Amino acid sequence: MFETEFYRLLLAELNQGFWLSVKIIVPSATFGLVIGILVGAVRGANYPRFLVGPLNAYVSLFRGTALLVQLFVCYYGLPSIGNWLNPFCEAQGLPPLGNFFKPTAYQASVLIFSLCSGAYHSEYIRGAILSIKRGQFAAARALGFTKAQTFRTIIIPQAVRRAWHGCGNEVIYLIKYSSLAFLVSAKELTAVAMSVSNTYFRFTETFFIAGLYYLALVTVATWLFHRVEKAWAVPGFGRG
Amino acid sequence: MNSLSTLSLSSFFSTGPFTWDTVTFFLGGMGLTCLLIIGALSLGLVLGLAMASFQVYGPRWSGLLVSLYVWFFRGVPILVLMFLFYFGLASQLESLIQSWLRSGLPAPLKSLLRFCFGARGSVSPFACAVLVLGLCSAAYQSQIFRGAMKSIPSGQFMAAKALGMSSFQAVRVIILPQVLRISIPAWSNEYSILLKDSGIAFVIGTMETMARFKAVASSTYYYLSMYILAGLAYFVITWIGVRLLLALYDRVRVPGLAEVQSADIL
Amino acid sequence: MGDPILEVKNISKTLGGKLILNDVSLSLNKGDLKVLIGPSGGGKSTLLQCINFLHYPDAGDVLLEGFSAREMGRRNISAFRQEIGMIFQDFNLFDHLTAENNVAVALRKVKKQPKKAALERAKIELARVGLADKGGLYPAQLSGGQKQRVSIARALAMDPKVMLLDEPTSALDPELIGEVLKVIADLSESGMTMLMATHQIGFARHLTTEVIFMEAGRITEAGPPAELLNPDKRSRAADFCAKLSELMGSN
Repeated sequence: MFETEFYRLLLAELNQGFWLSVKIIVPSATFGLVIGILVGAVRGANYPRFLVGPLNAYVSLFRGTALLVQLFVCYYGLPSIGNWLNPFCEAQGLPPLGNFFKPTAYQASVLIFSLCSGAYHSEYIRGAILSIKRGQFAAARALGFTKAQTFRTIIIPQAVRRAWHGCGNEVIYLIKYSSLAFLVSAKELTAVAMSVSNTYFRFTETFFIAGLYYLALVTVATWLFHRVEKAWAVPGFGRG
Repeated sequence: MNSLSTLSLSSFFSTGPFTWDTVTFFLGGMGLTCLLIIGALSLGLVLGLAMASFQVYGPRWSGLLVSLYVWFFRGVPILVLMFLFYFGLASQLESLIQSWLRSGLPAPLKSLLRFCFGARGSVSPFACAVLVLGLCSAAYQSQIFRGAMKSIPSGQFMAAKALGMSSFQAVRVIILPQVLRISIPAWSNEYSILLKDSGIAFVIGTMETMARFKAVASSTYYYLSMYILAGLAYFVITWIGVRLLLALYDRVRVPGLAEVQSADIL
Repeated sequence: MGDPILEVKNISKTLGGKLILNDVSLSLNKGDLKVLIGPSGGGKSTLLQCINFLHYPDAGDVLLEGFSAREMGRRNISAFRQEIGMIFQDFNLFDHLTAENNVAVALRKVKKQPKKAALERAKIELARVGLADKGGLYPAQLSGGQKQRVSIARALAMDPKVMLLDEPTSALDPELIGEVLKVIADLSESGMTMLMATHQIGFARHLTTEVIFMEAGRITEAGPPAELLNPDKRSRAADFCAKLSELMGSN
């Protein structure tokens, strides 16, 4: 059970899959945070008004439905639109626009993970902005700050601290749910684990070790978030 | 046949796949999903409450064990756990169950085992899915209950013991009713999350909602509409469940007991 | 006079590395109302919680009508606790139960009385403390004084031989203190044996048989109120009370 040859092979393969997982997670987390901050800021500040409605709809959609379903709709469902659109484009002499609707496994994963993550992040950011006492806006204006300056200097530093815990949690979830990319044919860590264990019939060991990879990622990420949270902490500043 | 006709909606959402058979097929899947959720949530509830009690009221070493369990089941993705349990541990689990069935366990426990795992103690995809989802849920639920337990002033536990109740009685009569009431909002969140996660069970062959929509989609090529409908199906089950839980929360509410804004859920 | 109903013998207790109680002994005869006074951190609360073994003393024993708590052992200690009533500074009512049910719950679960009988007894006790019409209210709907009276009713329903009161009025607004003190005075007059930790010196002066002064985990002085609290005698207790009266306005 403990032949090192098998384990050396296993780790080599898993590392490749791990690398692709990281290539999925990092952009998704980044885009997700950016989307979340922008959307959350607009929803929290209720400005510009005309955007708030559609953004609320976006957030409700991506928070209310299952990530798995979103992935499948994107990877398996959208190509139908492409197939439907292309003949039309061809007949009209347009370039095959339908190909925009045929994402690769990687593209679909990063897109959906970013959008879904962004929706959850925006909830935390919005909540954080709303939790900041109104009086601080007034005080800033009284001191002569413009709206933009108020936001940048007073509101955002507090909102980020308040939302940090929730956003950190969301990134942890992203790391775990990145395994779903396997189900849309991305060759990430879980996919590799599956193929290796099918080749050698060592299911328990393979998946257990793959699990440990994720566990390590999650633990490191959690530790990082805690460190930053402590470094930024301000005494008496609750989580709202 | 001009190009415009290819734009007709009928190529999209025709009633092609929607025979009566298909609809009952989907409803069966949704029923199975509900059973899956009930099983997993119950397992998670019992385990979660027990673990939370140990963390808050038990000895230190038990709290550490619970922390270890929570760390593992919150860190490893459900997909990996499903594969690990179904393809990896299932055979060991089967031998274990079979040895239990042959041993001298009390009859009600044996019938429970037979109910869950069939007369020959085989681990079906459904049973495995319930087990994995339940174990995961227990990790999250234990933290919900732990927070609720810690928010109850410890003086009430002391007063109960001063009146002559044993620790066990004090937890059962005084702490638990309050903990369960306080936890309902966070618990309905957990219900929501678990429901979304339950779709992953299709990978090991459980024929629940996702599996069935996928099957029809693959055979009829109506991928887009099928998956959108799948999303809708899950949304409906989530919405109904959360409404029920909120109604429950209103019914058992006691004035002054941790008033929570129920509007925040969903 | 007769034998003491409650004997506390040489209790010592260390908590969190600190020696909180250092060889404390006292005794109560039937019908006594004795008062514990002293600075915060002196060990009064801990002593009371050791007497009914909510905290297990490191050394020493407590005898109730001759029965030793230590000999009863951990398994039977709840039987011991049923005979001793305890009133807490923070009331510690059960938030999810009405006032009636707060009083009845121990009767049902510990004394295993049927529901109807327990509720009847609860109503009687609530009437005794002047809250006959408040039985159906939840703790959140009661004032501080009412909450403390419910907790007294809850303890009385168990027919305790001795009552321990841990600063029962310290968490109350001034105007609510009177109603609780009246209930306690009535109880004492009807013959209940009580040991009370308090800052209410005026109350202590008039009703108690003995004042016990505790400081840094030891009983340093004890005696009838006339002696101990007499400002002419140079005692720690009198000094302490004088300071308290200054701070709180004498009553």
